[in-house]
Amino acid sequence: MKLSENWLREWVNPPATATELAHKLNMAGLEAEAEPMLAVLPQGIVVGKIVSATPHPQADRLRVCEVDAGTGEILQIVCGAANARPGILIPAALPGAVLPNGTQIGKAALRGVESSGMLCSASELGLAEKSEGLLELDPGAKPGTPIEKHLGLVDNSIVLELTPNRGDALSILGLARETAALYGIQMTAPRVKPAVVEPETRISVVVEDMAGCPHYVGRVVEGLNAAARTPDWMSERLRRSGFRTIHPVVDITNYVLLELGQPMHGFDAAQLKGAIRVRRAKAGEQLKLLNEQTISLDPRDLLITDDSGPLVLAGVMGGEASGCSTTTTSIFLEAACFEPVSIATSGRRHKLLSDSRYRFERGVDPALQRQALERATALVQEICGGKAGPIVEVGTAPAYVAEIGLRHSQVNRLLGCEIPAARIAPLLQSLGMSVNPTGASSWQVKVPPHRYDLRIEADLVEEIGRLHGYDNIAPRAYAAELAPFSPKETTRALDRVKDALVARGYQEVVTYSFVDPKIQAQLDPETPGVALDNPIAETMSVMRTTIWSGLIPTWQYNRQRQQKRARLFEAGAVYALEGEANREQAKLAGLIAGPALPEQWGAAARPVDFFDAKADLEALFGTSLRYEAGQHPALHPGRTARIVRDGVAVGWLGALHPKLADALDIPEALYLFELDWAAVRDIALPVPVGVSEFPSSRRDLAFVVDEAVAAGAIAEVIRDAAGPLLKSLQTFDVYRGTGLPAGRKSIAFGLIFQDYSRTLNVEEVDAAAHSVAASVHARLGGLVRD
Amino acid sequence: MNATSTPNLDELLASAQTDIAAAAEPRAIEALRVDLLGRRGRVTDLLKSLGGMPHEQRKAFGEQVNKVKEQLSAQLEARARAIADAELDRRLASETIDVTLPGRGEPAGALHPMSRSIRRIEQIFNAMGFESVQGPEIEDDWHNFQALNIPESHPARAMQDTFYALNGARLLRTHTSPVQIRTMLERKPPIRIICPGRVYRVDFDRTHSPMFHQVEGLYVAENVGLADLKHDLQKFLSLFFEREVEALFRPSYFPFVEPGADVHIRWGDPEKGTRWLEVLGCGVIHPNVLAAVGIDPERYTGYAFGMGVERLTMLRYGVDDLRLFFNNDLRFLEQFK
Repeated sequence: MKLSENWLREWVNPPATATELAHKLNMAGLEAEAEPMLAVLPQGIVVGKIVSATPHPQADRLRVCEVDAGTGEILQIVCGAANARPGILIPAALPGAVLPNGTQIGKAALRGVESSGMLCSASELGLAEKSEGLLELDPGAKPGTPIEKHLGLVDNSIVLELTPNRGDALSILGLARETAALYGIQMTAPRVKPAVVEPETRISVVVEDMAGCPHYVGRVVEGLNAAARTPDWMSERLRRSGFRTIHPVVDITNYVLLELGQPMHGFDAAQLKGAIRVRRAKAGEQLKLLNEQTISLDPRDLLITDDSGPLVLAGVMGGEASGCSTTTTSIFLEAACFEPVSIATSGRRHKLLSDSRYRFERGVDPALQRQALERATALVQEICGGKAGPIVEVGTAPAYVAEIGLRHSQVNRLLGCEIPAARIAPLLQSLGMSVNPTGASSWQVKVPPHRYDLRIEADLVEEIGRLHGYDNIAPRAYAAELAPFSPKETTRALDRVKDALVARGYQEVVTYSFVDPKIQAQLDPETPGVALDNPIAETMSVMRTTIWSGLIPTWQYNRQRQQKRARLFEAGAVYALEGEANREQAKLAGLIAGPALPEQWGAAARPVDFFDAKADLEALFGTSLRYEAGQHPALHPGRTARIVRDGVAVGWLGALHPKLADALDIPEALYLFELDWAAVRDIALPVPVGVSEFPSSRRDLAFVVDEAVAAGAIAEVIRDAAGPLLKSLQTFDVYRGTGLPAGRKSIAFGLIFQDYSRTLNVEEVDAAAHSVAASVHARLGGLVRD
Repeated sequence: MNATSTPNLDELLASAQTDIAAAAEPRAIEALRVDLLGRRGRVTDLLKSLGGMPHEQRKAFGEQVNKVKEQLSAQLEARARAIADAELDRRLASETIDVTLPGRGEPAGALHPMSRSIRRIEQIFNAMGFESVQGPEIEDDWHNFQALNIPESHPARAMQDTFYALNGARLLRTHTSPVQIRTMLERKPPIRIICPGRVYRVDFDRTHSPMFHQVEGLYVAENVGLADLKHDLQKFLSLFFEREVEALFRPSYFPFVEPGADVHIRWGDPEKGTRWLEVLGCGVIHPNVLAAVGIDPERYTGYAFGMGVERLTMLRYGVDDLRLFFNNDLRFLEQFK
């Protein structure tokens, strides 16, 4: 919200510049910034009066105006504005004037007619982004008055960005009150005398829902001049706060909103039927709003109604039918206090934003309504004339809204510093609170109605801290004892695994947790995902059940940007739907694609394969994981490993299924892995044994087996048959082709035998090797290849 | 053999020296050594002939022969060494490589800048005694809002539009504060934790991402106040930016703290003008929050803070477009090596 500095200074005049004031407000928790109302002031523009306007002889759309600009002579100025007509007062730029946009005005001839200056619109003065026609000024304005003086353009805007608890400061009154407290000075509100009640015309008011509307005042003002015009000083102030000039009554209620913070409504009294009734909506009721939108009301919506039906969506927006128009001569002015939650939910339900809602949902001073009504009445009478009826009031204005006990000890405890007891009452009193001691260091504090945000002791402590200044609270170093902690050694640190992947050339990525359901359905058709009720886009509408749903698009994104290869990993949660509930699991996933190595001179180029990715997992997780041939819908059926730990499936490794690769337009080799982090995280402490000082013996055995026999199965049989003397086993060759029948392969193993306490003799090593050969033959049909 | 022939000795010496100088390979040197100094070598023979000489000649001739022997021996050795040196030089020359060629294999990758920042933030707070704690990202209303003193329709909910799922039964956490709630329900004070992680809000433009990262912190003990918070956050900011950071604590409003504050730091080149940038929200934990998790607010107080990791990372590395973090363009990410 923007407010005029000059306006504020009519209420309170602190010894500070606008910038200093803004800083002071900031430090007190009211985010404020001061900026000049106009970056550049117009020069040489004065109030002018069009004496006559005649058509231009050469141009249909131009008029030749005679203008009295207070210079003692009548100037001839050519003007293209449609509203240029005799009698109106307008800004006139005299020769030598400079517009805020830098345009120099001089004497010129327009289509052969002499023009001594230029008549200006609001946008030409820098007062609006866009505007139509000349800016029409007060009929009483004095020609020749510099425009910056007439419109009070030498001003600053105080731009406020307030937290939702400080609705009380969203007005000149609220800001002035706060400023007065911060500077320890007095605020002087303009005096408003209660209107003299002349006619006894009244409209009765019934509030059916006192919880929704605890206070309502209203009155009729009749005999208004329908042709009245909002004066320049008011439209200027409204403009500076972002309000357009609409109709004097609407402008006045907006002005009171800015000045006092009370949203008001002015009904055309001629349109009202019977009593005003504040009630909840009935099923099926509809309301056509001021913005011409028709809404279907919800039984929870609070309404202002009359005998004909809904008039206003209370606190949010007025209806079209009962609003003021150019024929309005009698009005009913309303000032009410509505309960914030109801207004907020109605506004949200109908997606309606308004200045009224903005204030009511933050809360409006429940004691402000009468003051606002009198102020608005006075302004209506000043601008439109008319006679005021008696005030109709339902509910009462509270004298205070909370009574809170405050302990000195708690002030010091929560702030962590020592505020002298003697300072506390004056600080709170400066905010309008009444403070009564209840002991040597405790008080009972009554909170004025405008500070409805203060409910508990801690709220008062914040007020004290705020006025004392957070800046004046000295930092306190480590008052508490240290509580050291250390991660478990038997839990793998994710950070270390990430570092290991990075050292092996992987780039970590962070992809969105919500993904494209189409891609996910292809990658993980069997796991139901959690769909968002209100996604940002269809492609971000379901929570990922596998990190691959983010990794694969990341690779696509990069390969479209000329990347030839990638090693990507991501650690994060996946989310599955399980019945009515959801389950979250931490995963570690990776993708490798393209050439195995970056292009280089020292290694032959080849595409990545299964064993590149497997080597990475083995480097990270050692021999704790087993890899079994498996089937996964997203992976190549012949190139997929189900990863198992202690008999439990913990993840997958494999090539992207060629069908999917085609569908996703990924021609190059691509391998994926994903591990359930919780299942691979725990590790045992090492249990090392001594090393043997005796020599080892090696036997190499190559087995010819069926293609279907897995190397892992042979290794298992070897380990089984070789007995405890086998210290290590290497798979050093896999051969197919010449010399072997089709459908068979040869796998060569190196077996290393060693004993801890003696040198093994040839016979026992040979015997072990024979036993291995016999077992492999018996169990897997493997023959030793000579 | 004529034992008196001193000139013979000179000739032998001269011819042997010529041979040695001509020898080009270790094998030739070895052959010369055998021919001259071997068991049946020519010099050895001369020594053997000494026996048949008169006593007076024997001594003088013997000395001469021995001198020649030593001379030749030394010259053979020197020549052998020279040949070996030359051989080595040739080998070294032939083995020379171009050390400017790049190394073979896989260069290192990099952590994502979010991980990098979160890790630094964690290290600082871990050293201050805060333990890192994780929690679910799909939350319920109670943990994300109600327990944090944000009741239904509280204006704070207008500030953050939330992603809902399962017909409103679940939501994507809008901050990592629910982890604080879960931890306070599980543990007894004193509690000192930080909660890093992903959070979600319905906001997507140049400066907002619907998913972003927060680190929130919590400290509950018997007498924790705003002064402790000021100290710890000031310390954190200076450690994070690795310089003395000027921080401003301004009163602010978050439903779960009272008194509340936001923290601004002075940013920019002092020569060109600085400005205050908001980097943190914080405050003394609202008694309703402590009560909601069963901690007696009369006995314990605490502070809580929250920071956006993206924001801090952008400031730290001078990144001005939030989207760079989530596009995962390798050309951007690999700069964080």
